[in-house]
Amino acid sequence: MCLAIPGKITAITAQLDETFRVGKVSFGGIHKEVNLSMVPTAQVGDYVLVHVGVAISVVDEAEAQKTFEYIQQLGELADLGEETQQPNPKTGKR
Amino acid sequence: MKYLTEYRNAEVVHEYLDELHRTTTRPWTIMEICGGQTHSLVKNGILDLLPKLITMVHGPGCPVCVTPLGIIDEAIYLAENEGVILCSFGDMLRVPGSKKSLLEAKAKGADVRILYSPLEAVKLAQEHPEKQVVFFAVGFETTAPANALSVVQAKMLGVKNYSILASHVLVPPAMEAILGDPENVIDAFLAAGHVCTIMGTEEYFPVVEKYQVPIVITGFEPVDLLQGILMAVRQLEKGEANLENQYARVVQREGNLLAQQTIGQVFEVADRDWRGIGTIPMSGYEVNESYAEFDARRRFHLHLQAVEENKECIAGSIMKGLKKPFDCPNFGTKCTPEHPLGAPMVSSEGACAAYFHFARAAEPV
Ligand code: SF4
Repeated sequence: MCLAIPGKITAITAQLDETFRVGKVSFGGIHKEVNLSMVPTAQVGDYVLVHVGVAISVVDEAEAQKTFEYIQQLGELADLGEETQQPNPKTGKR
Repeated sequence: MKYLTEYRNAEVVHEYLDELHRTTTRPWTIMEICGGQTHSLVKNGILDLLPKLITMVHGPGCPVCVTPLGIIDEAIYLAENEGVILCSFGDMLRVPGSKKSLLEAKAKGADVRILYSPLEAVKLAQEHPEKQVVFFAVGFETTAPANALSVVQAKMLGVKNYSILASHVLVPPAMEAILGDPENVIDAFLAAGHVCTIMGTEEYFPVVEKYQVPIVITGFEPVDLLQGILMAVRQLEKGEANLENQYARVVQREGNLLAQQTIGQVFEVADRDWRGIGTIPMSGYEVNESYAEFDARRRFHLHLQAVEENKECIAGSIMKGLKKPFDCPNFGTKCTPEHPLGAPMVSSEGACAAYFHFARAAEPV
């Protein structure tokens, strides 16, 4: 039920008051009406994460990229020998 | 689609798997809290590809699974009331109550409707002023803002025939209940990314501190999950316990403040009974005094009855990470999605359903 999927805002269709906004969001071409009250800064063209008809977050593009860089960085660190530095004696078990 | 397909890229998945195999030297038990993550792990075959030393166990993050029998009975009671339209997320319909499920009540003529969003229920109430529309508001922190928003909206629009039957649960108290169990086996947690989208990351620091357990806030796609597991294993192998955020593209430290505000406007924190687990202090939301008129419990004078659980279902032990679905003697025999004994076999986020539909290698732990 915590399923939430990212989609792109294609239009703002209603603005009842300062924060209460409704928009159209495209999920890979399928358009749905989405409540935008929780993402007041979101604009047309932004990607938002939508859960049961309500947008709950704006997806951060720069952060999205980092997942793909993380693994490369690990590889580079390993090349620098990070993995061979002082093994920790603690077991990590409580 | 942007932001989705990249996280299913087989090449990246394998890079992460290789790194995990290189990193893991000792046995670790890691629990993913969220049932959505359980399904993603099982459905994508990730459990079979992980190093044998890593055991993933599946937490209580399935709202349908932890909703007490008594509340399901309340929903059925309301649905069978002539003047009521009972609305619910689809998942809730097939979960057995003490005598029947909502689906069976519907088959016998009760007006039960499946909706995608609680906001649709408010519209339905406007279209049917002669009826009482009740939304069965189950969920974790992720769903609370939408459920709260429906009530705020109903009040704003002057809709008098709308109310919610709240069955809301919270993640951090459940984590503490699991860690505090003397039988606890969990070395690290993947925290549910969408719960943290709303609530932020800070409420997990005390748990990390108190129990010295690594917690990695994680997304839902294969690459997300593998990165989250890798981050947890790297900590465990080094003997560290930190809070890390794998899902930073969506989760901010402070969470969504407007969503938290909306929750605070409508709900208050209260003790909650978790099906299969028992009562956990301050682990759920109830409608507060200022929105009392939108609380179905008050409106219809419901008094939650404690109902005896089916003793054959070991869902509680599964959700605490002590057992796996294959350990249940009824799995796939007396308990199937068509004839479920317990909720985890029917919910789209239940561990038993995930194993029944997708698990390939039967690997009892
Ligand atoms: S297989 Fe069925 S009876 Fe066994 S734990 Fe899962 S839901 Fe309960």
